[in-house]
Amino acid sequence: MSAAAGGLPSRMAPLDVTAFTAACAAGIGVDALAEALAAQRSGLRRLPDCENAPEWAGPGAPVATWVGEVATLADMPLPAALAAWDCRPTRLAWQTLQRDGFIAAVATARTRWGAARVGLVLGTSASTIGDSEAAYRHLDADGGFPPSHRNPRLNTPHALAAFVQAALGLEGPAVTVSTACSSSARALASAQRWLHTGVVDAVVVAGVEALSASLLHGFRSLSLVSEAPCQPFDAQRRGISIGEAAAFALLQREKDEAVRGGLQLLGYGEANDAHHMSAPHPQGLGAEAALDAALARAGVDAAAVDFVNLHGTASAANDAVEAALVARRYAPTVHACATKGLTGHTMGAAGLLEAVICLLALQGRSRAGTAHTEAADPAFGPRFAQQLRLLPAVGPARLAASHSFGFGGNNCVLLFGTGAGAVVDAGAGSK
Amino acid sequence: MKTQRLYIDGIALWSHALPGWALAQQALRGEPVAADPPVARPNPALLAANERRRAPDAVLVALEVAAAAVAMAGQDAATLPSVFTSAHGDLGIVDALCSTLATNPQLLSPTRFHHSVHNAASGYWAMATGCRAASSAVSGFEASFAVGLLEAGTQAHTDGTPVLLVGFDTAARGALASVNRSRGLLGVALVLTPQRSSAASVFSLDWAFAAGTGALPPLASAAAMALADNAMADALPLFEALAHAEDTALTLPLGPAGILHLRTMPQPAGAA
Repeated sequence: MSAAAGGLPSRMAPLDVTAFTAACAAGIGVDALAEALAAQRSGLRRLPDCENAPEWAGPGAPVATWVGEVATLADMPLPAALAAWDCRPTRLAWQTLQRDGFIAAVATARTRWGAARVGLVLGTSASTIGDSEAAYRHLDADGGFPPSHRNPRLNTPHALAAFVQAALGLEGPAVTVSTACSSSARALASAQRWLHTGVVDAVVVAGVEALSASLLHGFRSLSLVSEAPCQPFDAQRRGISIGEAAAFALLQREKDEAVRGGLQLLGYGEANDAHHMSAPHPQGLGAEAALDAALARAGVDAAAVDFVNLHGTASAANDAVEAALVARRYAPTVHACATKGLTGHTMGAAGLLEAVICLLALQGRSRAGTAHTEAADPAFGPRFAQQLRLLPAVGPARLAASHSFGFGGNNCVLLFGTGAGAVVDAGAGSK
Repeated sequence: MKTQRLYIDGIALWSHALPGWALAQQALRGEPVAADPPVARPNPALLAANERRRAPDAVLVALEVAAAAVAMAGQDAATLPSVFTSAHGDLGIVDALCSTLATNPQLLSPTRFHHSVHNAASGYWAMATGCRAASSAVSGFEASFAVGLLEAGTQAHTDGTPVLLVGFDTAARGALASVNRSRGLLGVALVLTPQRSSAASVFSLDWAFAAGTGALPPLASAAAMALADNAMADALPLFEALAHAEDTALTLPLGPAGILHLRTMPQPAGAA
């Protein structure tokens, strides 16, 4: 039955997640990220002002806020062979790709299927806009870009995907998905459709977002930036902390003999609020429709979900709508957490970064907590107060959901599990 | 991959000189069309007058062609999943955003910021039609129409549902024009369905992805050549084929190492 007929999508065959990696302010590589989650160690830092302000923040009066910055980007350019692509977001993608055996896993898929049978779907909201911002700060005498920035392939939303495609030697289709803060969650939906239709045999899904002046001042202009580290779902929440991240995963069709304990994408759901460009639907209709579609594709009930990574931006509106959805739909015992106090809100990368946090929960490496939040806002009621976990926990999750809601009313929910419900070896690592 | 068959139930195109498919169809066949003065901005009836004044060109042209294609297909806009593709989004908005950030970032307006997201047209379409179905926004540089077709096509096959595909690009403005060669304003739209409808299907569209490299097929009409500098120009060979209403095979580049094989065949009952 089609979603267009007003019904729910039919069940999908699970996809194997055969490799993944991630980097953000809380940790570079999944081991460092898992340790930061287990220790609840936040990567947020106060944004320095005046002459100490980072290059990406641009000129102008300082913004009093905390940011999730990846510290290794400013001083580490791309290798010479890729120098034409050098800018902050491509550095972030490149450094992340070096982790967790990801390049080797992609090479194996390329050898097995052929380079043209491995696709790429990359989610990003602002892509390489920071490079265009820098060009506008140093315009040439003719009013155009300075010669160092006159690169049409770099000043376009698809630049990051084209770079990753070149860096990984992929020859299958490459698409950039850019639906604001749901971008890289939706990348997994596209990957499933490509695999289902037989366009390719493996898909690299990616989420990459680097800090830029657009994000900083854009969210400031909307009065959505917090002066203190963000406090998702707290009565004291005052807005978001922006951050940057890259995350990658390799998806393939389920093997005939399901890998015991293997990580799988079980379902996804996409829906629109049809309400407002920058505010959520007050009853969360689009978010709930996305959840319903994800549950239908996975063939599971919301009550079976035992771990949820919430969108949890710490904006007044998002958290109120999302808390009501969680209380309405999930079991009172669910472990719900909001990790943007650890990583910052990494925008287009958030969907896949938080999917990785779900995978770490399924592996039993850490069920994350909700940093900086002292208590759930009493306005959200006792059931949500029980569901929202402030502290990390040990022990593997069995069925994990990730929520991603973006500007333009764009919602996506992902569901992950382990193959055949097998017992997960907590020391299995990330590969 | 195995060739997949879709049907085209709705077709729309808008440019300053060709503000609608009926006119564009003639011009893309190489026939002379009445030389009306160019239309400055699309005027989508879906938006209230005050919204039309404020909306960026990219949103206006996307909503104009989306509504026209859905009307031709006889579909209900409120239930139709959609894919919006654009190489660059609204370049006028990007230029204004970057200028403000370089000079006085405190003056950045919240409206300009939310207009700058790549899914602005998708969001406005959902609001204007009340549609809560999945709506995506994608990009693929010089292959942006081809990647949009891949996204819409795989969705139609996977979910067994009609899908609205909208492609648009705007003219580069300000300093951006020194690095980005997109010119003019172009919007295209198709309603693609996995099942043939005797009442609505006007073409079948066979498609398959393959390894290989290829250039964009040459354009035949002066009207299409006049739009070739727009960043959505990789849509033009297919729209020329649709204008001719003949059995046509063509190949579109899909990135540096892939191609999309397409074949269109007119459907007798639905042919207008």
